Amino acid sequence: MTNETLLIGLAGVFVSAAPILFAVIGETFSERAGVINLSLNGTILLSAMASFAVAVETNNLLAGFLTGALVGALVAAVVAFSSISLKLSQVAIGFVLAITCRDLAYFLGNGYMGAMGPRLGLLPIPGLGDLPIVGTLFFRHDLLTYLSFFLIFAAWAYIFRTRPGLMLRGIGEKPASAFVRGADVKRLRYLYVIAGGALIGLAGPMYSLSVKAGWKGTISGLDGIGWIALAITIFGGWNPLRAAFGAYLFAILQWLGLVLQPVLPGIPSQVLQVAPFPLMILTLLLVNIGDTEWVARMLAALPETTRHRLENLIRTLQAKPPASLGTPFESD
Amino acid sequence: MPDSRWNILLLRLGALLLALIFTFLILLAVGAQPFSVFGDIVGGALGSSSRFSNVLSAWVPLVLVSAGLLITFSAGLWNIGIEGQIMLGAIFTTGAIRLLQETALPPALVLALAIIAGMLGGALWASLAGVMKTFGGVNEIFGGLGLNFVSTSISLWLIFGPWKRPGVASMSGTEPFDEAFRLATFQGLRLSPWALLLGIAAVILVYFLLRGTYFGLRLKAVGKNPRASYILGIPTWQHMMLAFFLCGALGGLAGAVQVTAVYHRLIPAISSGYGYMGLMIGMLVNFHPVWAAPVALFFAALNIGSIQLPILHKLDSSLAGVLQGVLVLFVLLAEGIRQKYFNRKAASS
Repeated sequence: MTNETLLIGLAGVFVSAAPILFAVIGETFSERAGVINLSLNGTILLSAMASFAVAVETNNLLAGFLTGALVGALVAAVVAFSSISLKLSQVAIGFVLAITCRDLAYFLGNGYMGAMGPRLGLLPIPGLGDLPIVGTLFFRHDLLTYLSFFLIFAAWAYIFRTRPGLMLRGIGEKPASAFVRGADVKRLRYLYVIAGGALIGLAGPMYSLSVKAGWKGTISGLDGIGWIALAITIFGGWNPLRAAFGAYLFAILQWLGLVLQPVLPGIPSQVLQVAPFPLMILTLLLVNIGDTEWVARMLAALPETTRHRLENLIRTLQAKPPASLGTPFESD
Repeated sequence: MPDSRWNILLLRLGALLLALIFTFLILLAVGAQPFSVFGDIVGGALGSSSRFSNVLSAWVPLVLVSAGLLITFSAGLWNIGIEGQIMLGAIFTTGAIRLLQETALPPALVLALAIIAGMLGGALWASLAGVMKTFGGVNEIFGGLGLNFVSTSISLWLIFGPWKRPGVASMSGTEPFDEAFRLATFQGLRLSPWALLLGIAAVILVYFLLRGTYFGLRLKAVGKNPRASYILGIPTWQHMMLAFFLCGALGGLAGAVQVTAVYHRLIPAISSGYGYMGLMIGMLVNFHPVWAAPVALFFAALNIGSIQLPILHKLDSSLAGVLQGVLVLFVLLAEGIRQKYFNRKAASS
């Protein structure tokens, strides 16, 4: 492999991770507010299909992207209404929506299979884009990839460094205390779930109008991405910086699967393509295992120095979910 | 309270009506003729004895999976890994037949052993999700999803690697088995009476397990409140593990049936999405075993009925999934609205 292909490959990692980042950060907002939006897999497929269809019909990219955000927000509104107002099981509603929206996307998108549509163009930044190495890596992408870089830091700063962000963490951790301090818990939850849904919805057109342009039905290669984004949200410990690390790790693994193809002829290509999925989810084991009783007991039995080292390792890997994740809030 | 039971039934029918209206509208939206499409779905499912026998052969794996999932639902578990458990069942069954078909054992015995191997495969795969939950702290939803992806990789690897067809490996699957290693079917139909019997037996067994045994009662206690059950002396994690194991065995059996009675080989999409459909059925019947069999039949009929949509109407056959999905969605929403707005009145009157 030459340096040039390596460089272009790594630059591609930033592009292919961008939609996942939007979805993961949208989900992070929703879960920080205390609501799991399990519909991701269906939402992304439906918004990819709908925004492609709209972009084809209107020949307008902006209309396409807005459609994607709208679809995501609408699906999230159903999740919000049923979990915040009706207090239904968030898992049940989310799962049904994940399946239904997927089938809906395949059904409604049938007429647009293989259609020619507009595609988001590259937007190299003058000057910076011409720099050696750094230019190729960071400054010769499309608008949304730049936005994904910005989103990571903006979301992190919002959640951890602003007053509304503090309130957001409050309604997910201790809604009762946030309520006493004047937060309208239900309204805020609606707001964050729907806004998060719009971000998740944007992942769709980022695929169908950019990264994997077009709509090819069941072979679009998007089925499964939503589940991965959910796993990365947990892996990321509900922190945009750590989530970004997870998303890039996943994109690198997928790219390696492609690159290693000729090197490992014994392994069928179909296996390498799905290999990052299990790897990603199995890392959840590492993230969660520190919470279990038997690990605590086993650690207690170890000699002092080993124990400290292991405890530190587990603590860096571990991630604690918002305390009220998945539970409805009652103000009286 | 016969009154509230009627109300619930009415709500279900209202949700079904809404789901049909929704489907009607999206059919109009894509420019199709809704009545003709609905008519063709009914015809495609019930139009002839061979079509209805196809519905029944889809019903068997679906009802096996649904019955299994009722066990995990009772224990408060979301066994999303069921898709992988079906796949592992299919893989173990195929493996057992490949291993034993050259031996001197009678084919009937080989088939029986292969089906048992399939059940074991599914049960082991489910136990893995259970171990990850109880000892790894990984939520069964994510553990299960991860294992689903792993099982897809395993089956693809087998089909394109060690078990590939002589000549060229392809998505069409492994080499089909000899006639002797297929479950016998009714004359001229593709439905196997043995598969049908297995499906019916599973429903009855699970019904009695959940309704008539202490084990079922304890399982429900664990599902409702694991902490309270633990304090009351019910071995909580053991019950969860057993629920996973039993559900996985039934999922594996579904995979075994798909291999021995339907496809006669291992194909990449051997689970046909029946696992996820089973989860929807579990939600729809509100975890009551009695209703699982008829609802599964309805779902199977929709699936088989819409197979011809691409040819007859140039529509995607995922219409069946849309109708099933919105039906479950509306039933859940209707139930939530009933509890929020009507329960208070019912309690005071």
